[in-house]
Amino acid sequence: MSNWFGRQRALMDFAVSSLARRKGKTLGLLAVYTVVVFVLASAMLFSHALRREAALVLAGTPEVLVQRLVAGRHDLIPASHLQAIRAIRGVKSAEGRLWGYLFDPAAAANYTLMVPADDAPAPGQAVIGSGVAQVREAAIGDIMSFRAHDGQLVSFTIAGIVDPQSALVAADLFLVSETDYRRLFGIAADRFTDIVVTVRNPREVRTVAEKIDAALPDTRIILRDEIKRTYESVFDWREGMVLLLLAGAVLAFFIFAWEKASGLSAEEKREIGILKAVGWETGDVIALKSLEGVLVSLTAFLLGYLAAWLHVFQWGAPLFEPVLKGWSVLYPDFRLAPHVDELQVATLFFFTVFPYTLANVVPIWRAATIDPDQVMR
Amino acid sequence: MIGLSQVKKAYNQGRANEFWALRGVDLHLERGRVTVFRGPSGSGKTTLLTMVGCLARPSSGRVSLEGRDISALPERFLTEIRRSTFGFVFQSFNLLKGITALENVMVPAYPLGGDHGALKRRALELLDRLHMADKAHSNAEWLSGGEAQRVAIARALVNDPRIVIADEPTANLDSERSAQFLDIVAQLKAEGRTVLMTSHDPLVAEAPVVDRVVSLRDGLIAGGG
Ligand SMILES: Nc1ncnc2c1ncn2[C@@H]1O[C@H](COP(=O)(O)OP(=O)(O)O)[C@@H](O)[C@H]1O
Ligand SMILES: [Mg+2]
Repeated sequence: MSNWFGRQRALMDFAVSSLARRKGKTLGLLAVYTVVVFVLASAMLFSHALRREAALVLAGTPEVLVQRLVAGRHDLIPASHLQAIRAIRGVKSAEGRLWGYLFDPAAAANYTLMVPADDAPAPGQAVIGSGVAQVREAAIGDIMSFRAHDGQLVSFTIAGIVDPQSALVAADLFLVSETDYRRLFGIAADRFTDIVVTVRNPREVRTVAEKIDAALPDTRIILRDEIKRTYESVFDWREGMVLLLLAGAVLAFFIFAWEKASGLSAEEKREIGILKAVGWETGDVIALKSLEGVLVSLTAFLLGYLAAWLHVFQWGAPLFEPVLKGWSVLYPDFRLAPHVDELQVATLFFFTVFPYTLANVVPIWRAATIDPDQVMR
Repeated sequence: MIGLSQVKKAYNQGRANEFWALRGVDLHLERGRVTVFRGPSGSGKTTLLTMVGCLARPSSGRVSLEGRDISALPERFLTEIRRSTFGFVFQSFNLLKGITALENVMVPAYPLGGDHGALKRRALELLDRLHMADKAHSNAEWLSGGEAQRVAIARALVNDPRIVIADEPTANLDSERSAQFLDIVAQLKAEGRTVLMTSHDPLVAEAPVVDRVVSLRDGLIAGGG
């Protein structure tokens, strides 16, 4: 056993010094490889994070949403509709929501203003999303003021900052009390933005929706399933772009690996001959070259993955700018919530480190089976 | 200890440029002796050494080592015998470039997986014996011919071989360095090792340390067999 370790240790030492004496080639390989891992890992982290955002958005979306339409446009919904909906069979609850967008001239950004159903801030206070805190450089205890619909100033003391569990859901939130909300926009106490309905039996969602539609002809009903479909088509498109990038990277990688596999330099052949002549077995040479391959690919994997992580979660994935368009307009400082999936890491690891190491060994196998007497010439 | 019977070796056998480098060599070499193979260039000296040293197999005929027929052994066993029995000093030394003299000496022992520290001490000791201690950490690429040869000798000895094979060892050396090499050969002989060399240098063939001179011509033994 100690012999086995001794052999690994010796081969590892020698692999490192072999790589070091081919500095140019090694660094070149490492660079190409790191870029490949970087692109692949970026794409994977990015698409995964987007899906996660979507899931979070959907989790917070009500099963049934009732909006009032006036002349084909979304309008405030009267509280009397609440009673009408609650009276429909199969409806478990109906609650009015208050929300909207608030333009902040100081930051030239739009916030999503909401009155949360539970734990709403006290009048005069606000809880803000991390994105808002960032653009305004606001901290808890600071005061932010806005002009109400009548020109009067409404001030909020920041009471809390929402943890960025999801960039889409939380970053631009501005949570206020019902009183402040109505004051800002001059909305009467019997009006809501829309109504959220829960249904007793999830299978009856469609029937209930039809009943509401029949009872309240001036409304439009939005089901979560429909939102989900919309999201999915959006994500499919975005992921399609990412996949395209991915395919390009994989192709480049295989061309590169093939080039590597298709030939050895004369110097490398000479060295293998020497090693064999001084008593190395073919297996020893292959073990050495595998170690070299593993060293290069593992280093590249770690570097590339780390860079991808920073790229996607720290720097807002600038390489995927076109994919992100639409959101990045709404979210000037779009930043995905860091998340790493073990299976994904394992997949990427397998598809990069393994084929490279193999590609590294195949030509050695061929060369190592040549008679060692060539070195006598 | 080494026996050759009707050993023939063809290069490019079966092709238009087929060439018989050895055409039927019978020879018996004794343990602990120093033998020199002499003959004009192209007479088959190097080819003969590759047969004896398990670097290649004969096209026909038999090679035996310590009573065991090794001419038909599979590659893996040949490697094992080569590693445990032979030390090679190649004509062009064949040191690995870019690493130190010391590392070059240690390389043959790596697959054996012994203690790394002990191996390093052994390699340094060998270099010291060959007056190369001060060059141990120099890049092998920058050594002079004589220095490179002494590193190659140290490398040949690191696995403590019973037989040392040297192809044209003095071809790149001046007379003084050649004499020093013959001193080393004398030491190896004193340690009980068998030494086989090729040379067309009369200085080598006539050296007192040499026990036997075998002449080759056109792939056949022409004298001393
Ligand atoms: N790989 C090879 N392919 C073809 N011919 C070879 C090869 N190696 C050696 N020869 C030929 O075999 C003959 C003997 O070579 P060698 O054993 O090196 O002779 P020496 O060492 O006595 O000069 C030479 O004519 C040489 O050209
Ligand atoms: Mg020769």
